[in-house]
Amino acid sequence: MSVSSTPNQPTYHILSVLVQNRPGVLARVSGLFARRGYNIFSLAVAPTEDEAFSRITVVVDVESTPLEQVVKQLFKLIEVVKISELDPRRSVERELLLATVRVTPDNRGQVVELTNIFEGKILAVGVEAVTVSLDGNPDKIDDFEELLRGYGIVELQRTGRVALPKLDREARLRAVQGKSV
Amino acid sequence: MKMTGAQALIKALEMEGTEVMFGLPGGCILPAYDPLLDSSIRHILVRHEQGAGHMAEGYAHVTGRPGVAMVTSGPAATNMVTPLCDAYMDSIPMVCITGQVSTSAIGTDAFQECDTVGITRSVTKHNELVMSAADLPMAVRQAFHIATTGRPGPTLIDIPKDVLQNSMEWHWPTDAEVIDSLPGYRPTMKGHPRMIKEAARLILESERPILYVGGGVLKARAAEALRELAELTQIHVVTTLMARGAFPDSHPLCLGMPGMHGTASATTAMQRSDLLIALGARFDDRITGKVSEFAQEAKIIHVDIDPAEQGKVRRPDVPIVGDCRLVIEEIVKAIRDLLSTGNTQADTSVWKSRISGWREQFPLQYEPSEPGEALKPQFCLEALRDSAPEDTILISGVGQHQMWSSQYWRFEKPYTWVNSGGLGTMGFSVPAAIGAKVGRPEATVWAIDGDGCFQMTAQELVTASTERIPVKVAILNNSYLGMVRQWQEMFYEERYSEVYLSPDTPDFVKWAEAMGCVGIRVDSPEEVQPAIDKANSIDDRPVVVDFRVAASEKVFPMVPAGFGNDDLLLPPSQMARKEFLR
Repeated sequence: MSVSSTPNQPTYHILSVLVQNRPGVLARVSGLFARRGYNIFSLAVAPTEDEAFSRITVVVDVESTPLEQVVKQLFKLIEVVKISELDPRRSVERELLLATVRVTPDNRGQVVELTNIFEGKILAVGVEAVTVSLDGNPDKIDDFEELLRGYGIVELQRTGRVALPKLDREARLRAVQGKSV
Repeated sequence: MKMTGAQALIKALEMEGTEVMFGLPGGCILPAYDPLLDSSIRHILVRHEQGAGHMAEGYAHVTGRPGVAMVTSGPAATNMVTPLCDAYMDSIPMVCITGQVSTSAIGTDAFQECDTVGITRSVTKHNELVMSAADLPMAVRQAFHIATTGRPGPTLIDIPKDVLQNSMEWHWPTDAEVIDSLPGYRPTMKGHPRMIKEAARLILESERPILYVGGGVLKARAAEALRELAELTQIHVVTTLMARGAFPDSHPLCLGMPGMHGTASATTAMQRSDLLIALGARFDDRITGKVSEFAQEAKIIHVDIDPAEQGKVRRPDVPIVGDCRLVIEEIVKAIRDLLSTGNTQADTSVWKSRISGWREQFPLQYEPSEPGEALKPQFCLEALRDSAPEDTILISGVGQHQMWSSQYWRFEKPYTWVNSGGLGTMGFSVPAAIGAKVGRPEATVWAIDGDGCFQMTAQELVTASTERIPVKVAILNNSYLGMVRQWQEMFYEERYSEVYLSPDTPDFVKWAEAMGCVGIRVDSPEEVQPAIDKANSIDDRPVVVDFRVAASEKVFPMVPAGFGNDDLLLPPSQMARKEFLR
């Protein structure tokens, strides 16, 4: 499922949820979304710089989901430590796509060229298919996926977005000077 | 000090102040039942695990201390799901211990294995599978801490058999260690000072204020603070089903219960109000009726310890997250400050006279039975109420009898009313009454039950008899699932589908006697008082009184589901003057 946004009016929210790294935390979070009827576009989980905590990045759509309630209900989970809503306009987002695309000797070159234009990578080349990867801004990945479809996608996997707040000028400076951000 | 996980569990429960627990042993929890023999904790052996859960709830309701239940794995754990969900909906502090198959067998579909933590995740405030004996004391401390602080609720600790058997080095975590182990759990206790000032200002400005009091006031032990606020401002109080007793029914400012079956004056006063001061209440659908038509002119001050309740149903003008007692005390202080600096309270005399008019015109009312007619359930309740010793605790199941209990009893003190509000668990009353009597042995405990409810959990009266817990049960026996019957009569064109039970099967008197109780049957109004007197005089065993009551009696007032509160149906005798509710 793809989400996009115009610069002024995001149609989705990104929640960055810091949780204690304990068994069952993901089940608690996903169970809460299911139980309260909130729709998830994507969800990515990974450890953070501190092994006691993980970060869950959840993308939810604006329409189906009363954001304030989502945040408050999430906060009731004992293992949820911190929740930041990342405004898509003030955050950096990245996602990774892996795709195996059907090719013929005639159009293999086109797929390779397309991948190069998007600054993606060719991971494997077979007789009738190639596997490519692309990481980057989710909008760019949407475009790439759309173009690949024309060739016939055998398998495709996206990671879901991860995001962090953009550093403003001041924060960038502080980070450079090695002080806490 | 070396000990087994089982010994550590029992010791930890003792250290947390557990005096009594309700449970039933089985395979995986067996190791924990051995050290229990040497413990100071009284264990009450139930006949079904659901009973243990509701007993723990009843105990917690009347004592304010967490109820503790311990059962084995698999079916015992699934039998505990209903009480856990009940406690979760009604914010009852409860700690449940379940056995689990050994760590090496988890995930293999072993005998009596189930994913207890997975199944109970959405019906507990928190739960945990403990994988090491060394972690048990911390798990117990966390479970009690989480269950009893913030918005109270049930917690569950799932313990594999080998974890109970393994040995560990005893360590009792300090308060600081417990807090540090829960970095994401910091309930807000004190209300925001600016919001409190704003609330005080609104309260003094309001011409039609109402104090909308929910169960949170009882959880926060805030009844006294509430009374001070009400008397200082002379604002009328409505107490929801979960808050009955938080404000004395005999108090001139008390309007009783609002909502679907609330008094006409309480429901209407909320509808016409210009300021609802919601204290530990959650704008439940049984209170608001159709939300878009609920109290349309009212501003809302919403005090709740759970931030997620703010704005969940109705957006508050002044949200205050915090402990009800502390916040109410601060509001009282802020009002006194305003009054002492020359501010005055708006004139509410017109409002007050409207309210008195409603109270006069629309009291709770039923038609007494003509000679030879069947007993009226409300009549039985009035007789029970008028003969009840002081400080009697009333417990109810779910349905018509529950609504009549809330309507016709007179609650004068906090913690004298126990029922299943949010989940609406039929079968709640018998085990909850047993738990309440264990918690408050000096008080008379009357359970009001329906014949439908009673048949769901009656076997716990065997527990009550053998453990010498002399509760009293009044069955308002109309041989129907009465509330369902009422809905089918009113909203399904009297097409009665699967609601008829039987007046004679079971024979409740014989059944009571078989369970070691005294059984009494009451058929006519003349038999009511002698039966109640006899029941009240028995204190060495449980008593069951089978009141055979009129099947056609309906609960009024009633706001039909999906309708606004202005569409309430009054008792037939009052319908003609409904326009006065404007």
